[in-house]
Amino acid sequence: MSLAETTSAPETRSRGPVPDRLRAPWEAKLKSWESLLLVVAIGIFILNSFASPYFLNAWNLSDATFNFTEKAMIAFAMALLIIAGEIDLSVASIIALASTAMGLVMEAGFGTPAIVATGLVTGLLCGAFNGVLVTRLGLPSIVVTIGTMSLFRGISYIVLGDGAFRGYPSDFSFFGQGYAFWVISVELVIFAVLAVIYGVVLHKTNFGRAVYAIGNNATGALFSGIRVARVKMILFLLTGLMSGVAAVCLTSRLGSTRPSIASGMELEVVTMVVLGGVNILGGSGSIPGVVIAAFVMGLVTFGLGLLNVPGIVMSIFIGLLLIGVIALPRLWAKVRGRG
Amino acid sequence: MKLAKLLTSAAVAAGLFAGPAAAEDMRIALVVKALGIGFFEAAAKGAEEAASELGDVEIIYTGPTDTTAEGQIEVINALIAQQVDAIAVSANDTDALVPTLKKAMQRGITVISWDSGVAEDGRQAHLNPSSNALIGNMIVKLAADELPEGGDVAVLSATTTSTNQNIWIEEMTKVLPNYPGINVVGTVYGDDLADKSYREAQGLMQSYPDLDAIIAPTSVGIVAAAQAVVDAGKVGQVNVTGLGLPSEMAGAIESGASKSFAIWNPIDLGYSATMMAYHLAKGDVEAAPGAEIEIGRMGSVTLDETGSAAMADPFVYDETNIDEFKSIF
Repeated sequence: MSLAETTSAPETRSRGPVPDRLRAPWEAKLKSWESLLLVVAIGIFILNSFASPYFLNAWNLSDATFNFTEKAMIAFAMALLIIAGEIDLSVASIIALASTAMGLVMEAGFGTPAIVATGLVTGLLCGAFNGVLVTRLGLPSIVVTIGTMSLFRGISYIVLGDGAFRGYPSDFSFFGQGYAFWVISVELVIFAVLAVIYGVVLHKTNFGRAVYAIGNNATGALFSGIRVARVKMILFLLTGLMSGVAAVCLTSRLGSTRPSIASGMELEVVTMVVLGGVNILGGSGSIPGVVIAAFVMGLVTFGLGLLNVPGIVMSIFIGLLLIGVIALPRLWAKVRGRG
Repeated sequence: MKLAKLLTSAAVAAGLFAGPAAAEDMRIALVVKALGIGFFEAAAKGAEEAASELGDVEIIYTGPTDTTAEGQIEVINALIAQQVDAIAVSANDTDALVPTLKKAMQRGITVISWDSGVAEDGRQAHLNPSSNALIGNMIVKLAADELPEGGDVAVLSATTTSTNQNIWIEEMTKVLPNYPGINVVGTVYGDDLADKSYREAQGLMQSYPDLDAIIAPTSVGIVAAAQAVVDAGKVGQVNVTGLGLPSEMAGAIESGASKSFAIWNPIDLGYSATMMAYHLAKGDVEAAPGAEIEIGRMGSVTLDETGSAAMADPFVYDETNIDEFKSIF
C-alpha cells in the first residue's frame, strides 16, 4: 500500500488520511496564531513608520531584509525537522564549515560555479553525517547536533586559525550583494522561492503529511507504513543543504570567510521557527507562520536599529515577543476553557 | 512688484526650511565591537567629549551584543538607513565589513576605522592608537625617567617570534642612543605565559644583581615580572615597566614594583576618532596619503600611504591615575 493510494482514496480506508494537525479544533487556533502573528507584523511595521522617518524607504527596507533572509532559508528546513520531532543545532557550524570549504576551493583557483557547488555539497555532507547518526544509530538529535556543532566549527578553526579567506571572484558577490531587479535582492528572491517550495512540500504533498505524522506519533507512523528513518534522513539532508545555501549567500555578502562566521545563528533560526508557531515538541506548525516570523524578526531588529536601541535591549525585545506570541494563544485558550 | 514679493517670501520660506537643516547637528556613529565592554564605554566618553567641544555634533554610540561581524553589519545597515554623516568603526572583522562599508561610502557617508581596522577599500582612513616607533620609544623612556643616573635594564618579551614585540624592541634599540647611561643587558622570552615569564624575570634578577629595571612590552610579562620583583623583595631596586592593562597592573603600582607603565588611552582614542570623522565629513580635509587632520586637544595626525594614522604616544599610567582607569579596562 503506497501513500498515494491512501490519500487518493481516504474515505475507503478506516484509518483515513494522516491528519494535517493534531485535532480538528486545533486547526482554527493555529490559523488564529498565524493571523495573530500577521497582526503583530503589521503593527510593528506601522509603529516603525511612525517611530523613524527613515523606515519607509524602499532601499532601507531592502537592506533590512538581509537581517533575516539567510536565517529564514535554514528556518524552512528546520521547521520541517522540528515538526518531525527532531532538531539540528549544528546549522551555524555547517555554514562555517561550508564557507571554509568554499574558501579552500577558491584558493585552489576554481571559479564561482565550483565554489557554490562546494558550499552546497559540504552542507549536504554535514546534514548526511547528522542524519546517519540520528537515524542509523538512534541517537537523540539534540545531542548529536550539539556535538557536530563543535565538530564542524572546530574543523574551520583548525583550517583557518585566526586567518581568513578573502578575494572571492567578483561574480561570486552576485548571491549576497546582487539585486534581481530594483530593490529586490537576489537573497530575497531565493528566500521567496524557497518559501513557496517548502510551503508546497509541507502542506500539499504526501511527504509533508508524513512529516506531521512522524512528529505526532513516530511509532504510529512507522506502523502505518511511513518510512520514518528515511523521512528523517531526508529532513537532515535538507537542513544541511539549506545551511549550504545560506553559507553561499552569507559568504558572498561578507566577501570573506572567518571561522567565527554565523556564530550563534542556530538559536536565531530556532527562535524564528518557534515564533512562527511550530510546536517545539513536534507535530504541528506551518511555513506561512515561519515566513511571517522571519519578517517580524527582521522588522523588529531593523526598526529598533533605526532608533539606535542597543543590541541587548533588542534581544530582550525578541525574547518578550517570543514568550508573548507563544503564551497569548495558550492563555486565551485557558480563559475560554474556564468561561 | 507682487511677483518680487512672492519670490522674496518664497525665498524666506525656503530659507526657513533650509535654516534648521543647515544648523542640524552632524551625526557621527561610533560603532564598537560589542556593547558593555569597559574599553569601548571609555571611548564613547571620549567621543562625547569631542562632540561637546565641537558643538554641532551628535554621537550615536552603538554596536552589536556579541563581537560578530554579522551583528556589526546589521548595526551599520541601520546607520546607513538613518543617513548618518559619519561612521567610525572598531571592526570585528577586517574583511567582512568591507562590502557594507563600501555601500555606506557610496551613499555619501564618511567611513573611518579606529582601534581595530578595516581593509583599505572599506574605509577612508584608519586611526591607530599609536605607532611602533612611538611605542618603542615610550617603553625605554619610562625606564629611563626613573633612572636619571643611568643604569642596567633588561627586556622581558613574549616569544622570539612575536611580531609586535620584536618590532617594538627593534624600535627601542634604534632610539637607545637618545638615552645615555641606559644599558640594555639582555632580552629574555616568557612566551606570554605567566609562569614562564615569572621564572625568566627571577633569572634576570639573579644573573644581573645590579639590574635597575625590567621592560616588558607584553601585558602578561609585565604582571609576572612585577610579581617576581615583589616576591624577591626587590621593590624599590628593580622597577618594572612596559605595556600593561590598568586593571591587571593596579596591584603592581600599589606595591611600588612598577612606577609607571603605558598603554593606549581609550578616552583619547574615542575623542580622536570623533574629531577625525568630523573633519573628514565636514570636508575640511581630503582623506589621502599625506593629509594632515586636526584632532583637537590631541594635536594632529598625518595619514600614511595606507590611509592610516597614529594617534599619539602610548598613555602613561602611574599612581596618580591608576584608580580612575583600573575599572575601565
